[in-house]
Amino acid sequence: MKILALETSGACCSAALLIADRLKQRHEHAPRRHADLILGMLDDLLREAGLRLSELDAIAYGRGPGSFTGVRIAAAVAQGVAFGANRPVIAVSTLAATARAAYRRTGQRRIACALDARMGEVYWGCFRVDGPNALTLIDQEGVLAPESTPALAGTSWCAAGNGWEAYPTLQERHRSALEATPEPIPGRLTEIGPEAEDIAWLARAMSDQGKRPDQALPVYLRNRVAEVSQKQTERL
Amino acid sequence: MRVLGIETSCDETGVALYDGGPDGAGLLAHAVYSQVELHAEYGGVVPELASRDHIRKLLPLIEQVLDEAGLSAAEIEGIAYTAGPGLVGALLVGAALGRSLAWAWGVPALAVHHMEGHLLAPLLEDPAPAFPFVALLVSGGHTQLVDVQAIGRYRILGESVDDAAGEAFDKTAKILGLPYPGGPALARLAEQGDPTRYRFPRPMTDRPGLDFSFSGLKTFALNAWRQVQAEREDLEQARADIARAFEEAVVDTLLIKCRRAVEAAGAERLIMAGGVSANRRLRARMDEQMDARGVAVFYPRAALCTDNGAMIALAGHERLVAGQHEALSFGARPRWALEALSTLDGDPAS
Repeated sequence: MKILALETSGACCSAALLIADRLKQRHEHAPRRHADLILGMLDDLLREAGLRLSELDAIAYGRGPGSFTGVRIAAAVAQGVAFGANRPVIAVSTLAATARAAYRRTGQRRIACALDARMGEVYWGCFRVDGPNALTLIDQEGVLAPESTPALAGTSWCAAGNGWEAYPTLQERHRSALEATPEPIPGRLTEIGPEAEDIAWLARAMSDQGKRPDQALPVYLRNRVAEVSQKQTERL
Repeated sequence: MRVLGIETSCDETGVALYDGGPDGAGLLAHAVYSQVELHAEYGGVVPELASRDHIRKLLPLIEQVLDEAGLSAAEIEGIAYTAGPGLVGALLVGAALGRSLAWAWGVPALAVHHMEGHLLAPLLEDPAPAFPFVALLVSGGHTQLVDVQAIGRYRILGESVDDAAGEAFDKTAKILGLPYPGGPALARLAEQGDPTRYRFPRPMTDRPGLDFSFSGLKTFALNAWRQVQAEREDLEQARADIARAFEEAVVDTLLIKCRRAVEAAGAERLIMAGGVSANRRLRARMDEQMDARGVAVFYPRAALCTDNGAMIALAGHERLVAGQHEALSFGARPRWALEALSTLDGDPAS
């Protein structure tokens, strides 16, 4: 199976090519430069592998949540590439990708992901890891104030994502569930975010969920945006 | 050369297929999806909602236009997309999808300046204007007079120092209680208005120069409207009378400035483009005025006055045929000066 994956929802821009069990990735910390870099990364990976787009099984993308503009870039590029190459798309959660990245680094099997959503909220998703590419979402993803995040059941939870760093109240709220975590919190896990590598592996496990290119849409989670923006446009 | 054009700079998703050149078939298909209803309840374009809608509508429109033209992907030789000026998030949707699709198809891509699209839109019609000409670009976002010597050889002769003409139409309509976007409704209402009841000023026509100012007109409209409300007059007729006075003032002002611009440039041709150029009174009076002076007036059909993919496909086509194309990246330029564009030879701004 051959999957080309891209991820542009946060401060990093990354692309990955997964062929059977071999993965190559391009990854750069590049805030606001995703549009400059992403197509070059994809092109680079294909050239290096001597592969054409038409030989791929699917295009995978980080569908969000994350920066609105970032997830739209990922979705729009996925649409363009997939439609142009007549390949299906696979939408992968950036929270699940973050959880997989955390599992990769720590081997922990309970991952609580919080990505900074600004405006006093986090994008929240908790996962149980049953295998390297078998993650189960517990409850549902949401955009929540730290104090509204549901209590974590049990202990030994691993905290992943920059939301844990942005909101100290989040750590306080879940302290008892996190206490048995071997990694110090706050620690390097707060720097973990979604990467194309994890998008690609997770997409392979979802290969029966390929969709038409025009179904490659962002998942924002935060859908109450108009009331906020309305004031900005109301001038006479 | 068959070029796919993509426009997403504001609140319309536009896609078109244009086959240019001497043997080209011209405009093969075009489709526009307007977001007007989406933004209506907010009384103005909400940028984030615009971006969210573009990404839902753009690819289905591309598929629709390919279908209508009866073309397969392999027959498309280039892609042009609007890169600016406009709303950055909205622009990025079209740029990202357009540039990525061109990469996947292995065809060149071109980032088009939205206003260059508008000012070349009359070239989609027959007869098409020859260069050079003076262009009046009037829309909700712009009011500009441009001296056009050739593609990429542009000089701004004058522009609005405050509200664009279309913006003034919409804001005045709002004052008069018309639903968003009220510009076209205001023009319809003006048909029933008495042109002799009010006389609004013709801003900045009492001094030399080609700049415009339309923001004061809405204050005039507001004062007149408050007065009739206070005096409990026949509000329906008064509304129409104010609309008429407003429209007359805008049209007169545009006429006066166009006359000056044509004289200053020694032009034999004038083109009008942008949403406001579809205004019937403006067209009729501009034709009349310019005809008397021996100046030929050109404008695109009404559907191509407002934002559309056809004008972007045409503008992109001209540059693609000249060998211009983008690197393997994309971007949005929310502020982008028309005069910064290169000529077809790639020479820097005139």
